[in-house]
Order: sequence, then structure tokens, then C-alpha cells
Amino acid sequence: MFMAELKANNISFKYNGTNEWILKDLSISLKDSQVKGLIGESGGGKSTLCKILAGYEDYFEGEVKIDDLNTNSSKINPVQLIFQHPEKTMNPKWKMKRSLDESWEVSDDILEKFGIKENWLNRWSNELSGGELQKFSIIRALNPKTKFLIADEITTMLDAVTQVQIWKLLLSIAKKRKIGILVVSHDKELVHEVCDEIAHLNDINHV
Amino acid sequence: MSFDKERFKSPYSFLFGNMNLRTKTLLIISLVGFVLLAIAINSFFINVDNITTNFAIKNSQPSLQHPFGTDWMGRDMFSRTIKGLGLSIVIGGLASILSAIIAVFLGLSSTLGRYFDHAVNSMTDLFLSIPHILLIILVSISLGGGISGIVVGISLTHWIPLTRVLRAEIKQINTSTYVKLSKNFGRTKLWIAKNHLLPLLIPQIVVGTILVFPHAIMHEASVTFLGFGLSPHEPAIGIILAESMKYLSNGSWWLAFFPGLSLLIIVLLFDLIGDNLQKLLDPTQANE
Ligand SMILES: Nc1ncnc2c1ncn2[C@@H]1O[C@H](COP(=O)(O)OP(=O)(O)OP(=O)(O)O)[C@@H](O)[C@H]1O
Ligand SMILES: [Mg+2]
Repeated sequence: MFMAELKANNISFKYNGTNEWILKDLSISLKDSQVKGLIGESGGGKSTLCKILAGYEDYFEGEVKIDDLNTNSSKINPVQLIFQHPEKTMNPKWKMKRSLDESWEVSDDILEKFGIKENWLNRWSNELSGGELQKFSIIRALNPKTKFLIADEITTMLDAVTQVQIWKLLLSIAKKRKIGILVVSHDKELVHEVCDEIAHLNDINHV
Repeated sequence: MSFDKERFKSPYSFLFGNMNLRTKTLLIISLVGFVLLAIAINSFFINVDNITTNFAIKNSQPSLQHPFGTDWMGRDMFSRTIKGLGLSIVIGGLASILSAIIAVFLGLSSTLGRYFDHAVNSMTDLFLSIPHILLIILVSISLGGGISGIVVGISLTHWIPLTRVLRAEIKQINTSTYVKLSKNFGRTKLWIAKNHLLPLLIPQIVVGTILVFPHAIMHEASVTFLGFGLSPHEPAIGIILAESMKYLSNGSWWLAFFPGLSLLIIVLLFDLIGDNLQKLLDPTQANE
């Protein structure tokens, strides 16, 4: 029995000013607590789908909706997207503390779990490594109101140790909070390791 | 190809030596700023009524006592000029700030939606199609002349460049991932404007404001010179120049020459500050 489900029904999409369908008649769903993998070749439209699911694209055909038994009326989007390149998701004129606060008041215990050092909070985003920044963007996405996480190649540029650390944490937090995760990755091993179910973009995209 | 440092040495290198660009820019800004401030403050303490009329020395040529000469009433032209420049700077300041306020307001409103954007765009086109001087004269006359008429007239004609810059900049920031993310975190447009946009726009706003100064000063002087601006009782450069026209034919060249030249120098100094501030705040755009 699940409490909430993210559903994308019959999505078709082309980028503004182009004539080529990137996605055609695509349907996918994600239940809470579910960890679903999405794989497919490069340029197939995985990142595009992620943006549509998280509300970053306004104009597409079809619908994205959330069936939720607890109707919550918060303004925060319960679907949060984590990007491959975290540096673009931080205001360059803000210190890290402010970037976190924009989403929610992060507890010390989460900061500790992710190994965020106290003094990193007072740095500018260009004074942190890609891995350190990615930890920030993951924590930021873990707003208490978040129901679904779309993880688009979030550990692709990290070393193996950090990858394992991040996924372990993310999975345990998701389990506790009943968050559903869509894992997009080229790393088949990772996808098989963490996901309950795997979708191939080619199978669901009818371009 | 290697950069020939010697050959491309700045003509001012004898002044600044090997200081780095940032220090040099800061130095220029503070020096020029100091000069302008000194003029403004000095002029504040010059009381026009105390510039004594002394017919014994009327129309005398520039000398050590009277570096800018005296006029047909024997008044010291140097004091009159400084007083006039002070007034110019005050009017320039008020007009620049007012036009910057208009620009920020319009720039930010253009992000509120497509209709707002359209309205701002049409307004820009409308004001671009009216000649500046004409509009300033019209506004100035309809507001009964005086300082407020001139200030409003200049502001109404000088918000366009900054508005355009801000609008383009805002568009770009609004498409950035961190702004979209902010919306996803439930932040309102107003919150985003205040926290993301405004801080990133401050450099443009500061530079844009300063760059209006020279225009404002020139326009005020010319409109006043033409008789549509400040009243003849004001100690303005435009008034001085208009008066001196009558005496040019009898050879009193200094009556127009020094006030005119000083005005030009003030204008160039403001330009210098604006350009250097731009370099300092936004090094990537300095080469445009
Ligand atoms: N902003 C854009 N404008 C136009 N076309 C775009 C835009 N972004 C992506 N595309 C195109 O859409 C297609 C799908 O891109 P997308 O990034 O979704 O693929 P992907 O499956 O995530 O690839 P990868 O595995 O390499 O990350 C590509 O052909 C790409 O060139
Ligand atoms: Mg991708």
C-alpha cells in the first residue's frame, strides 16, 4: 500500500524552436519509497524527462501529476531535481549557508552525516569541490516536504568512495521519509545495486 | 604572439608606475570623486550675495586675484563658476538617482509577466522616439521651471539605457538554474527579485546611475542656456554662459571660456568615474 505516486502520462516534448520530438507518448510512474532506475543511451532524453517531472519545463504535451493521500498545500514542489552539475544550481554571490537556508533549516545531524564541515557553510560556491557542492545540493533537495527525488547522474563525477557514501545516506533517508527516487545513470552496476525496478528509456519513449 | 609590454605601456604609467589595475582604478575613482566632492562642498559655502559687486574692477581679465576674471559688475567669475558647478552637480545627482529609480522599477516590473514586459518595451520605444531636449523643455516648462522641473525632465529622458541593461540582465538571471530551483523551493517572484536579482544587479545600477550624471549636467546647462530651465536668479552655469554671450563682442572671452571649460571638465570627470567603476565592478564588460 502506497501513500503517494508521481505519474507522468503520455508526455510528448520538443525543445522550443526545434522540430524534433525528444519524447513521444511517454508514461512513467514512481511510488513513494520506491527506488526506480532509468537508463538509456546518451542524448535519448533522460535529462529532459527529469526536468519535465520536476516542473522545469512549462510547455509539454501530456500531464505530470501527483496522487497523494495526504493533501498538503505547501508551495514547495514535492518533486525535487538534483542535477549532475551542482555549480549551476548555486547563486555565485551567496555563501553556502544561505543556499541551504533557501530550501529548509538543515539540522546539524544531517550536515554531520554528509560530512559537511562547519567552515564550508561560510564559503562561496566556487570555493568548494564538485563533490562537496553536490552534497550541499542533495541536502538542499531533502526538504521535509520533498516526496520524490529525481537524481540525474548525481554521482557521475564523484570518486567511488564518495559515491557509495552518498547513495547509502540517500537511500536510508529516503526509506525513513518514504521518499521515492528516480535514479538516472549510465552506471549499470550502480542502478542494479540501488534500484528495485529499472526502466529503459527506449522501451517507454515512442519517438 | 607575445604581448609587447613596453610598447603598450599606458601613457599614464609615469604617474602610477607599476600599480596593478585594481589599485589604479580605485585611485582614479577616489581622486576624481574627491575633486567633485570638494567642488560641491565648496560651492555650498559660497553665498551668492557675498560675491561682491565692485564696479572698479569690472570686466577685468584673468589675474592672480581673479583667476577666471570678473564680469561686468566686477564679480569674481571663479566663485560664480564654482557655485554654478555645485548646482550642476546637485541637479545631476538628483536626476541620476531619480532616473535610476525609474529604471530599477521598470526593469523589475518587466519580469512580472508578459504584459508588463510588453508595456515596458513600448514605453522605451515611445520615449526613445522623442528628442531629449524637446521633452526636457516641455516637462520643465509644464512643471513651472526651476530645479524640480529640470530634474524631472532629465530623469524622464534618461532611464532608458539602464532599464534596457537591467531587463536583459534580469532575463538572463531568470533563466539560470538557481532561480528555477528557487521557484521549486516555493519562493515567490518578489522574494526572488529581492534576494537573487537585486544583489546581482547592484553593479549595473551603480554604474548606470553615475553614467547619467554627465548627460544630466550637460542637458541642464543647455536647457538653462536656452532660457527654458533655471530662472536667471539661479547661479547656474547655463545662466552665466547666456549672460556672457552679450559681452563676448567686446572681447570678454573669459566670461564664457572658463565656466564652459570647467563644465566640460566636470562632465569628463564623471565619465572617467563611470568608466573606471565599470572596470572595477565588472571586469568582463570593460572591454566592450
Ligand atoms: N535546451 C535544449 N535545446 C535544444 N535541444 C536540447 C536542449 N537540451 C537538450 N537538447 C537535446 O535533447 C536531446 C536529449 O537530451 P538529454 O540531455 O535529455 O539527453 P540524456 O538522455 O540526458 O543524455 P545523457 O545521457 O548524455 O545525459 C539531445 O539530443 C539534446 O541535444
Ligand atoms: Mg542527461
